[in-house]
Amino acid sequence: MAEIKKTALFDAHQKLGGRLIDFGGWMLPVQYKGVLQEHQACREKAGLFDVSHMGEFLLEGPDAEKFLNLICTNDVTKAQTGKAMYTAMCNDRGGIVDDLIFYRLAPEKYLMVVNASNIQKDWSHIQKEFEKRGGTANLNLTLKDESSSWGLLALQGRLSAKIIEGLSGNLDVKSLAPFACTSGRMAGVDVTLARTGYTGEDGFEIFVPVSQVVSVWEALLEAGIPQGLEPCGLGARDTLRLEMAYALYGHELNEDRSPLETGLAWVTRLEKGVDFTGRAAIEAKKSAGVTRCLAGFRMIERGIPREGYPVFDAEGLKQIGQVTSGSHSPTLGQAIGLAFVDKSGTEPGSEIRIGIRGKNLTAEVVKTPFYRRSYQT
Amino acid sequence: MMYPDDRKYSEEHEWAMEEGDLLVIGITEHAQTSLGDIVFVELPEAGSDIVSGDSIGVIESVKAASDFYAPISGSVEEINQAVVDDPAMINRDPHADGWLIKVKSSDPSELESLMDASAYGEFVKDL
Repeated sequence: MAEIKKTALFDAHQKLGGRLIDFGGWMLPVQYKGVLQEHQACREKAGLFDVSHMGEFLLEGPDAEKFLNLICTNDVTKAQTGKAMYTAMCNDRGGIVDDLIFYRLAPEKYLMVVNASNIQKDWSHIQKEFEKRGGTANLNLTLKDESSSWGLLALQGRLSAKIIEGLSGNLDVKSLAPFACTSGRMAGVDVTLARTGYTGEDGFEIFVPVSQVVSVWEALLEAGIPQGLEPCGLGARDTLRLEMAYALYGHELNEDRSPLETGLAWVTRLEKGVDFTGRAAIEAKKSAGVTRCLAGFRMIERGIPREGYPVFDAEGLKQIGQVTSGSHSPTLGQAIGLAFVDKSGTEPGSEIRIGIRGKNLTAEVVKTPFYRRSYQT
Repeated sequence: MMYPDDRKYSEEHEWAMEEGDLLVIGITEHAQTSLGDIVFVELPEAGSDIVSGDSIGVIESVKAASDFYAPISGSVEEINQAVVDDPAMINRDPHADGWLIKVKSSDPSELESLMDASAYGEFVKDL
């Protein structure tokens, strides 16, 4: 049994009354005051999340772009300096090893942010890919796993920019475009700030040296709480991302599913002119026809869908897939979910049935996201 | 937390309280706190028979579904439609307005075998 890891904010979470659970080997708060309250604060004002468990890999050197483009499905050459890009990383079978965001911090410097549960797997995958692509003889770059050097905070919600502006520092928050990143000082600490997130709200992700993450966390709470900010746990993080129909690795995404089946075609650039890992398999699947997909649905009959529940056709006769994520949607006030299903018969508007404790309850396939924010940034 | 001593408690965190010739059943303060925000409740139908220890319903928080176990055997005489319509009532008032069902007991000795308030208080302290 691996030792359970703590983030630098472990004591801070306890002090705030966070209910700490073992989340993929990390002690993290599932909630502080309550999932619904935290969810609502993030939707209406602001929420602050400790996501320090996420992994960070640094790629640096003249061939960093070239290598990244070989292991990612998206077209890495389209990422300008100071911008973030979302992508999948696949195996040779075209299955998803991980989904990640990378930030082009400098022309030859990329920071990859990977899922916490995949850090070791991704790291060894990348090492293998590096050797497969000729290693140091062929590629001039360095690879570093910096996961334990960085704390990562997510400040999300419409008041996020205002809260950061209220802190001391030299960051030009207003002119930072969505998906852009920059570096500067915040509350006396050198940070990297990106206008990205996982909630569907305006917001920022803040990379802080692990030794200083507590002071940035406290400064953000102090500035934000009077404006309605709440510290938010993993529970709210999950309901917020589900309302946006954002895929979560290990639930919607895994090594047996391709990006084309899981709503990630938009970050899969088969035509980018690079034989990236998984390309041949994905192309073959595309030619053969993609028969499965992720579908968003809302319950019509009362019941809450949960991961693993079977999904049936409208008559309730034939199983056509299974639920990958489901919950009560705090914003919509109804039960929603994502399911991995047969593509035919699951277009928006189709009726399906979800098997909940032996009963096949009616649900309707709907367009995603389930929620869209109403304000401009 | 002081648990009311007008009722008995199960290890599955239900309480049962005599009211006339019926037993009112609900979940405890400890249970509602552990569950977090309750957003869905499924109760047995009025008129159905229940057996102590069986799962007879479901209480769901945002995060997960939990079974509701019958602390005693008998027939369900009434369900609390108010908590079905507004499950958060269980969070707000688990020991009174947030009751779940009323049951006509088929075996009065079962109630005696449940924990009293101080024993239950000790029981949850060790969890």
